[in-house]
Amino acid sequence: MSALLEVRALTKRFGGVTAVDGCTFEVSAGSITALIGPNGSGKTTVFNMVTGYLRPDAGAVSFDGRRASRPDPARFYRAGLSRTFQQPRVFRELTLVENLAVAANRPWWALLGRDVPPTDRRRAEEVLADFRLGDLMGNKARELSFGQQKLLEFAAVLMGRPKLVLLDEPTAGVNPVMVETMEQHIRDLHRQGITFLVVEHEMNLVMRLCDPVIVLDHGAKLAEGRPAEVQRDPLVLDAYLGT
Amino acid sequence: MSSDAEDRTRSQAEVTQEATPGSTRQEGRPIQGSAWKRLTWPARRVLRTAGDRYDRMAKPARLGVSAGMVVLAAAVPVLLPYVTADSGYWTSVATKIGIAALLALGLNVVVGFAGLLDLGYVAFFAVGAYTFALLSGAGRYAIAISRSQPNAFKLLPTWHMYFWLLLFVALLVALIAGVVLGTPTLRLRGDYLAIVTLGFGEIVRITATNLNSLTDGSQGVNQIPHPAINVGSVHYNFGLNNEAYYWLLLAVIVIWIFLLRRVNDSRIGRAWAAIREDELAAASMGIPTIQMKLLAFAMGAAVASLGGVIYASQIGFISPDSFQLFSSDFGSVIILAMVVLGGMGGIAGPIVGAALIIFLPERFRFVGDARFLIFGGVLVLVMVLRPQGILPSRRRAAELEGGEVRETSVFEARQAGS
Repeated sequence: MSALLEVRALTKRFGGVTAVDGCTFEVSAGSITALIGPNGSGKTTVFNMVTGYLRPDAGAVSFDGRRASRPDPARFYRAGLSRTFQQPRVFRELTLVENLAVAANRPWWALLGRDVPPTDRRRAEEVLADFRLGDLMGNKARELSFGQQKLLEFAAVLMGRPKLVLLDEPTAGVNPVMVETMEQHIRDLHRQGITFLVVEHEMNLVMRLCDPVIVLDHGAKLAEGRPAEVQRDPLVLDAYLGT
Repeated sequence: MSSDAEDRTRSQAEVTQEATPGSTRQEGRPIQGSAWKRLTWPARRVLRTAGDRYDRMAKPARLGVSAGMVVLAAAVPVLLPYVTADSGYWTSVATKIGIAALLALGLNVVVGFAGLLDLGYVAFFAVGAYTFALLSGAGRYAIAISRSQPNAFKLLPTWHMYFWLLLFVALLVALIAGVVLGTPTLRLRGDYLAIVTLGFGEIVRITATNLNSLTDGSQGVNQIPHPAINVGSVHYNFGLNNEAYYWLLLAVIVIWIFLLRRVNDSRIGRAWAAIREDELAAASMGIPTIQMKLLAFAMGAAVASLGGVIYASQIGFISPDSFQLFSSDFGSVIILAMVVLGGMGGIAGPIVGAALIIFLPERFRFVGDARFLIFGGVLVLVMVLRPQGILPSRRRAAELEGGEVRETSVFEARQAGS
């Protein structure tokens, strides 16, 4: 399989702290890759650089064979690289359908069309039904529970027909039933050909779902491999448990 | 998903359905709450039910209501003589309200729709006024007079018939100015944006003061031509007829409201709402945030410029002093106060705000300079009792009442990162 996302020697410093230090890894097309590591190991910073929220101090990110010249989240999204946030960031005063319509990938000349265009609406209804949010379609996003907001954010990201979805702790703060739902959605979408890069602390889920697993520590890649291998790696155990 | 979870989602759906505002809102008179809340309950109830009823109306009925309001507004100069002995004066006040309403509706796009705090809005008003003053030839004339050049009178501007063309040119100039000023500034947010726009507002005014060879500096430009209509056998010069300017403004406002409603219902409107709520999330959903903000900025600028052209041609004289930040006529701060007082994000709100802020000081002119004290007191009172404005848009009101305002910047997102 070819690499959909390539991260080369990525480095980011915040003042004296080097959050990410020459991090290099690949996400191959069609995989569900996990990015794990102890707190403070630089996972979210890597995410933010990959999706264009932060400008790396050094190193390069290329997506789909093209190197990102300048960080611009909107442009990345249109190229097929999208993400969710740890805390769901939905548009609280827009309805669910509008939330999804906003996220639909449209060229600029479609901007003046009135209301939600029928094609977008149909697709939004489909996606919402998939996520079992269909009944709440016309409600405002702020009326949803935390877990439902996470689902909504996930659903919205799919409106852009992404190739790669970066999930930042999809199950954090979500009840166990919702975790199962989330896992099921990831599996379904993976089967449809979407690649995932997941940051997650819930190790059981990571071990069930992801392959390969990349372990970060102190901003650099510590280990990479199949979940079982990584789990046995003494370096990884050290990093997690401390010495 | 297990059937258990399904049931849970269902029941949640029902719960949230019931909580939806507007659908089944049947609150009675509040027993608890502040004295103010209980006292003003009937008034708020009337406003709300009127709003709800308007929302539920069929499209033709709504059009009818809007058309009725336009006719009513158009009839104001005709009706004024029956209400007051001093109708000429109040017509000029009505015209002033017209310009203020146009500016407030323009600024509302920037502040209310896109959520950008712009304190330099009057700059674009000045751009429009000066574009017209200079291109009409009045600027050249003013300079010739102030330098006592011989035959200066020959330079009297004769471009009045081109008013309509110049109106359009000023609009384009302001669009360009909006993009030029917006491109560097709109990368900033919140307070920083406010400060930089404030700076730009002052830059435009100071430029007009110092560009002696073009604008005749602080002396200002006079003899700005009035608009005229010369179509076929119709010859009409606006001259000093305030009614004519009033109707012209009304026409511009109606066209603008029509455009505004259309744009706000489109993808652009939703993109603005998304940016206003959470710019970072908007960017991550593929919305080109900078371009969308620029669009709002440029649209606002274009409208302000139209107002500037009409203002200049009505008064016939402009000077840099007309465009001061704290000018009690159309200073940036006053226009912003109109938008905030009336209620951001809607159509009716800014108009009501503009009408009140222009009308009140005129009405209380008899108390002398104390009127500004009263005026200030009224503003503070309204903002304390009704922070969302007099007639806020539903969406904005909900955003403000929701209380939970998330202002996570990229910086904070970065802090939250591990």
